[in-house]
Amino acid sequence: MLEIRWHSRAGQGAVTGAKGLADVISTTGKHVQAFAFYGSAKRGAAMTAYNRVDDKVIMNHEKYMEPDYVFVIDPALVYTSDVTINGKESTKYIITTHMSTDELVASQPKLADKEVYTVDCIKIAQETIGRPIPNTPMLGAFMKVSEMYDIEFFKESMQRILGKLPQKIIDANMIAIQRAYDEVK
Amino acid sequence: MAFDKMELRDIEVWDGNFAAAQALRQCQVDVVSAYPITPSTPIVEGYAKFKADNYVEGEFVMVESEHAAMSGCIGAAAAGGRVATATSSQGLALMAETLYQASGMRLPIVLNIVNRALAAPLNVNGDHSDMYMARDSGWIQFDAYCPQEAYDLNFIAFKVSEDHDVRIPAIVNQDGFMTSHTAQGVKTMDDDTAYGFVGEYKPMNDMLDFEYPVTHGVQTEEDWHFEHKARQHNDMMTIVPDKIDAAFAEFEKLTGRKYNQIEEYSMEDADVAVVCMGTSVETAREVALEMREKGIKAGVVGIRVFRPFPFAKIAEVLKDVKAVAALDRSAPGGTAGALFNEIAGALFNTDSKMLLSGYIYGLGGRDLTKKHLVDLYTELQANADAGKVLTKQQQFIGVRGPKLAYL
Repeated sequence: MLEIRWHSRAGQGAVTGAKGLADVISTTGKHVQAFAFYGSAKRGAAMTAYNRVDDKVIMNHEKYMEPDYVFVIDPALVYTSDVTINGKESTKYIITTHMSTDELVASQPKLADKEVYTVDCIKIAQETIGRPIPNTPMLGAFMKVSEMYDIEFFKESMQRILGKLPQKIIDANMIAIQRAYDEVK
Repeated sequence: MAFDKMELRDIEVWDGNFAAAQALRQCQVDVVSAYPITPSTPIVEGYAKFKADNYVEGEFVMVESEHAAMSGCIGAAAAGGRVATATSSQGLALMAETLYQASGMRLPIVLNIVNRALAAPLNVNGDHSDMYMARDSGWIQFDAYCPQEAYDLNFIAFKVSEDHDVRIPAIVNQDGFMTSHTAQGVKTMDDDTAYGFVGEYKPMNDMLDFEYPVTHGVQTEEDWHFEHKARQHNDMMTIVPDKIDAAFAEFEKLTGRKYNQIEEYSMEDADVAVVCMGTSVETAREVALEMREKGIKAGVVGIRVFRPFPFAKIAEVLKDVKAVAALDRSAPGGTAGALFNEIAGALFNTDSKMLLSGYIYGLGGRDLTKKHLVDLYTELQANADAGKVLTKQQQFIGVRGPKLAYL
């Protein structure tokens, strides 16, 4: 079982990202689950979304999770939410920030001794898609860190999932995914 | 046909809401009359989009309230069409009056209830308060534990409800958010296969059949009211269960997916068992397997058909179990939980020595964790070993503050 927790703000696309990732993984024969905590969330409110992946049918519906990966797609949530809650020793953190990994860890002591990767998904999204929607770049970074799939296969799959969008937006997302894949450290 | 067919992959990653919307599309419903409410909104929103994109031929009627939504469904069903809608929580509460109209008039309508807590305090998350509120309304009630089942049970609901020997409306329940907004793999049927299962709608006693004029919604006082109600109950008790089994069997032949009025997991030799509904059934299945690795013979019984309640089947599966927990996801308001009472009723007057304890859990979407279930099975095993219930008969799982226990 592979488990992922997303930290996001409502409107940044964590739910779409989690469902998109589940869709890609499902095509490879694995079982998937993607869900989120909403409450009566307003745009901009901190929220979490979740992925589960397994070789067998996923029956566990508890919301409690000790994640293998934590994705943080809004830079401020590292300070205002507890992104390390229910973490394991082996949990890997991929965090959107303009800082280097060392600078980030120095600014948030909770991340000390954790396996932390950083990438500026907000900047990448702004420069490619033209809007601060950091979900698809985060998935590009995840492909690099996890080595789950070949990046070309992943981009092809994402083209299908984004299929309803204008071609220009799809192309921009592909560049964003590749850039995050190349830039995550 | 004037509408377009949709190409689906064999497995689509859908949440429970979209799975239900796709099932409604494939059944080619004539009239959907609906009013939006969280968390069921995406079902009718999805259906409206299919309509706008020319994937369905029927009418989509936007109304001013849930009372009007079900009233529209009743009118359309009486006129002779295939009819469906969806709601949750307060929406169902506002529909309450018309629920009884629909069942009393023997109108085959399919209602998707995406289960959510009832205010106050206001809460949009999943529990079974709304399901329980409708339990004496005369509707057939199915319960889905995951998006796949929310898809499948819609077809079965139309099949059973529209049968001319049944003509009783049917509810398909799914857990708010935990199923409705959780995306999982759903094995699909192609459009022709799916439509073939429910078949073309065959009206009966329809108001638009001018050759044979009929009246719907009549008044019967003490002279006839009781006979109508008794006859309807008789059909629920004697005809509907067999029709449900027949629909389950036909669905299995078509898809390989087997449903039962009660679902039994690891029950063959179980000493302790949990009886519950919704997503909790699947989480409990996983925990039961883990308990077996620790030497506790744990099982799970899921209620698939809540109405008509499968009394005999419950009695049969539980009679040799030593200790059973009835899990109710609804505030009982001054009595035992509904499942506790149903199970007690099913086993009373039998030779069974089963020990029954009731638990209220998960209100307003409160998480039911695997740890809760491990503790629960451990408590049941202690009851089984002692040969008596060591706790009060009614407890709460996962609520903060001083321990609550009654009865």
